Amino acid sequence: MTATLAQTQQDLVDEFAMFTDWQDRYEHLIELGKDLPLITPENKTEENLVRGCQSRVWLSAEYRASTSLSEGTVHFTADSDAMITKGIVALLVRVYNDRTPQEILGASTEFIDRIGLREHLSPNRANGLSAMLDQMKRYALAFSAGSHEEA
Amino acid sequence: MSTTSSPVKSAYHVEEFRAQFPILKELVHGKPLVYFDNAATSQKPRRVIKAESTYYATINANVHRGVHTLSTKATEAQEAARETIRKHINAKHAHEIIFTSGTTASINLAATSLGQLLLEKGDEVVISGMEHHSNIVPWQLACERHGATLKVIPITESGEWDLGETPGPSTPLREARSEVFTEKTRILAISHVSNTLGTINPVKELIAQAKKQGIITVVDGAQAIPHLKVDVQDLGCDFYAFSGHKAYGPTGIGVLYGREELLEKMPPWQGGGEMIDQVNFEKSTWAKLPFKFEAGTPNIAGIIGLGEAISWMNDYDLDAMAAHELTLLARATKELLTIDGLRIIGTAKEKVGVISFVIEGVHHYDLGTLLDQQGIAVRTGHHCTQPLMDRFGVSGTTRASFACFNTMAEVDALVAATKKAVKMLR
Ligand SMILES: Cc1ncc(COP(=O)(O)O)c(C=O)c1O
Repeated sequence: MTATLAQTQQDLVDEFAMFTDWQDRYEHLIELGKDLPLITPENKTEENLVRGCQSRVWLSAEYRASTSLSEGTVHFTADSDAMITKGIVALLVRVYNDRTPQEILGASTEFIDRIGLREHLSPNRANGLSAMLDQMKRYALAFSAGSHEEA
Repeated sequence: MSTTSSPVKSAYHVEEFRAQFPILKELVHGKPLVYFDNAATSQKPRRVIKAESTYYATINANVHRGVHTLSTKATEAQEAARETIRKHINAKHAHEIIFTSGTTASINLAATSLGQLLLEKGDEVVISGMEHHSNIVPWQLACERHGATLKVIPITESGEWDLGETPGPSTPLREARSEVFTEKTRILAISHVSNTLGTINPVKELIAQAKKQGIITVVDGAQAIPHLKVDVQDLGCDFYAFSGHKAYGPTGIGVLYGREELLEKMPPWQGGGEMIDQVNFEKSTWAKLPFKFEAGTPNIAGIIGLGEAISWMNDYDLDAMAAHELTLLARATKELLTIDGLRIIGTAKEKVGVISFVIEGVHHYDLGTLLDQQGIAVRTGHHCTQPLMDRFGVSGTTRASFACFNTMAEVDALVAATKKAVKMLR
């Protein structure tokens, strides 16, 4: 049984709650980045670059169509040339990966605040966390509206 | 406005400066703020903050319009600031000081209006490869409008203008400048000091050469005014642009100095109130200088604040501040270089207190974020100089830029924090 989206968010909050100082928190974030499902080199294209990040972030999504056993879900892969950014995108991917478009579109982002990474949420930070989120939701929206084909 | 503080002219007491900047008492992530982003915008001394608030609290009124007492006082205060600035940069006339919203607006004014006056198809505008986007894009636009071409002075490995001279013992710039300019060159637009590299450019020499060929010269002084005594007549430039906010003054205010003779000939940039003499629907005529170029209600509080910032710098001896910043630069340079894989971008002989660097295997964004966690504010990225980043083959740098109130202990904190961050990131 895979955890629900809300459970995964809560897990992350609990995970980060163990760290009391910034250094441990950031070290953990950097570690998370190492588990990110990496985008294939062919997919590191201009179109998959997320705009509005000071570091480069590539994000790609693929729709895995529904079967008799499960609903269709969105599978994300990503990468970044900066480690903290990679950690942040990994955090988002961990929460949103292999969810249905409806789950992704309906999810709240308040967990980021609770993790203690609030500063990354501000739209004027050059890290583009909100740009990444927007991009993920845009993919989900396209898949939910579209013909559910691979994009 | 007020001139209450007592100037320190002899020994340098950094604590005396620190006491005047209220923001230095702020904590960032629970740590005392170390502010090393002065090239982006400097912090403001209490005197400047007070000058603005006193204006609003006591004499706020629109200028040059009312017959009432407050309007007269506001006008007097604004024009007194203009005179302070005139004197500071040694312009001949106060009406050669045009108030704008900042360097960007100043250069856009110059590029648009001069472009209209001077540029024709086939003409050339020369800039350098270390310019801020604000001193590139307005010229690109002007060139596009008039069918002119933008030419760029290349940059050497140390971050200086490469004027193509063969190495040798004579003057640094020598004859080779003739290659930079052709008979088609109309305008030279260059920065006095580079925001990314800290390089102090030999503007006076290049201007002298340009003048011989009748080329109009525009200097972007945004990064020079906070550190150097600028004398526009000595430099010989036709235009000099700067911002208040980088020189201890308020945001949203800047200056374009222009030589009277040219300003008289140039067409207005923006139209509106204040800049006209007579308006009728067939044709309007322009107000005299400087008002011809100051359409609309000016940033009166900003102008007064800028005047105060300039007075403040003069009271406290700009040369002493710059010398102090250079001792910080020397220490930062020496200590940062002990970090494995660290490369300084911008190693010119003549620099202001600005240090840009890259570290092998460390992204500037990561470093900036981890420095911020330790209370240290630096700038990361391309610093609005993308062509210069391309020249050095980097996507961005980390930049620390020093001001009069920074201390050696803060430099040591930067070095230690950088080492800590590098360890986390490798
Ligand atoms: C060299 C240089 N020119 C122009 C500018 C633009 O100044 P402002 O944003 O105040 O208009 C800057 C500011 O970063 C600068 O450093």
